Amino acid sequence: MHAHTDTLISELQERARQIRLDTLDMVYRRQAGHPGGSFSAAEILAALYFHHLKIDPANPRWPERDRFILSKGHAAAALYAALARRGYFPVEDLEKWGHLDGHLQGHPDRVKTPGVEMSSGFLGHGLSIAVGMALAQRLGGPRYHIYVLMSDGCMQSGVAWEGALAAAKYRCHEVTVIMDYNDVQLDGAAHDIMPLEPLIDKWKAFGFAVLEINGHNLRQVLDALDEALEIHSMPTVILAHTTKGKGVSFMENTALWHGAVPNSEQYAKARAELLGGA
Amino acid sequence: MAEVPQRQAYGMALAEYGDVNPDVVVLDADVSSSTLTKYFADRHPSRFFNLGVTEASMVNVGVGLALSGKIPFVNTFAALLTLRACEQIRTCVAYANANVKLIGGYAGLSDYKDGPTHFAVNDVALMRAMPNVVVIAPADNIEAARMVRAIAEHEGPVYMRISRAAVPDVFGPDHQVQIGKGIMLRPGSDVTIIGSGSMMGRCVRAADQLAAEGVSVRLLNIHTLKPLDVDLICQAAEETGALVTAEDHSVIGGLGGAVAEALGRCCPTVLETVGLQDTFAGTGLDTESLMDAWGLAVQDIINAARRAVERKARRR
Repeated sequence: MHAHTDTLISELQERARQIRLDTLDMVYRRQAGHPGGSFSAAEILAALYFHHLKIDPANPRWPERDRFILSKGHAAAALYAALARRGYFPVEDLEKWGHLDGHLQGHPDRVKTPGVEMSSGFLGHGLSIAVGMALAQRLGGPRYHIYVLMSDGCMQSGVAWEGALAAAKYRCHEVTVIMDYNDVQLDGAAHDIMPLEPLIDKWKAFGFAVLEINGHNLRQVLDALDEALEIHSMPTVILAHTTKGKGVSFMENTALWHGAVPNSEQYAKARAELLGGA
Repeated sequence: MAEVPQRQAYGMALAEYGDVNPDVVVLDADVSSSTLTKYFADRHPSRFFNLGVTEASMVNVGVGLALSGKIPFVNTFAALLTLRACEQIRTCVAYANANVKLIGGYAGLSDYKDGPTHFAVNDVALMRAMPNVVVIAPADNIEAARMVRAIAEHEGPVYMRISRAAVPDVFGPDHQVQIGKGIMLRPGSDVTIIGSGSMMGRCVRAADQLAAEGVSVRLLNIHTLKPLDVDLICQAAEETGALVTAEDHSVIGGLGGAVAEALGRCCPTVLETVGLQDTFAGTGLDTESLMDAWGLAVQDIINAARRAVERKARRR
């Protein structure tokens, strides 16, 4: 593992800021979307798409590419922003999110949007799909790593834990789950709606190596992503503690902004905070 | 009656096809000794994955394999596959247009001894309603075996249902299949009997008896329930004016429903539908007598054909 430079960290911080600004613009323009869970994942997406992932935007179906599955599909805006800024499609396409003649669906669609590895929307599917992608490598062909971004909502679904069973059975070290653990879901705090704790114990009991980080600290995110590649005996989960709505004071840590849209005053205030923030 | 159950014909054909197509992988949910994917597992152990009782996850693992260039055959009982994993099939297979082959064993009432929890009598209705998904119900062993290659070579999601039971042979060893193309087994002008899956053999017997009574019966086999061979069905409607469908499935949403939808668009025609009449049915002592008891007997097809002919006559 090599140390990440301060320059890289600063660059990725700017990428994360851009993802949040694009997301805010997209949600405001469309008057629909999910700002809270998009903002909580901004640093994770910035680290993946602008440094860590082995990808080629000019060749989205490159067989040796790393795979990224957004299991928490409601963070679609943040993913679209990352893909556009990384060069998968023009940034102007973001203005047509949800339009009849656009390719950006309400939730990610692998058939319509370049760079979207797998369609998602209903929570919890990503892990078991990643297991299939890992098993395919056992039969020969290109080698790559598979990343799955999951939410607390994902981890309340049965299919996610079924996927964890399979990942453990086949010792899918090719799979790294990143859990965007913001502890807020649509109806309220996750620890009230359906508690997941003790979550580290659960992941360990299910046969995963667990790395616990602050999901907004880019150095911790990058280090954990590197460390996961060094674990060859089992799948890894990076338990990333995050803040829902991170970066906009009035959106932080509240279920109100899971799927709410800002009015013009809120939009201006949010934009100013994002531009002013570190 | 065939010498071996349809599931055995399917399982053997899948294992053999695995010899020639190295991209085929097989998944099962702890019922490989029942679906008989164990033949494939024994022959190609590195390409077989037993996921245990995790049907929803199993379908998704299949999706991941498909997105990585493999051709996964995902197996369990038809009812479990299409009901427990219904959302995965909708979102991750159909909507994502993943090249997954979903194989539902123990179709219809063929798991006679386990009862209605294990019967699959609305699987076709569910799968027909999934965009992008081809729906197949092979009539006999040779058709089931031929379909293994056909669906593997079809690019896109497929659902195929397979009977647990031995079903009557309908076709000879030279039988060929083409997805989406129905088959006219016999010409006829008084009434058309349209069969599918394990009911096809019963349709042949019904047609034999009706022919002995002097009724000219056209006999169609519809192995592909979607996309439906609308041309073949509408031609039969125009030329015979009376139709009967027969399926080991609910009459809601299956073959009968599909034919009714087609007729409504092309040629509204007298139609009788033999199948489960919106019921769960019950446990039995063997598949044949169970099917007889729940309205799927040869005599039920004959009676339906007679009603159709009478209704046609009254219309004129």
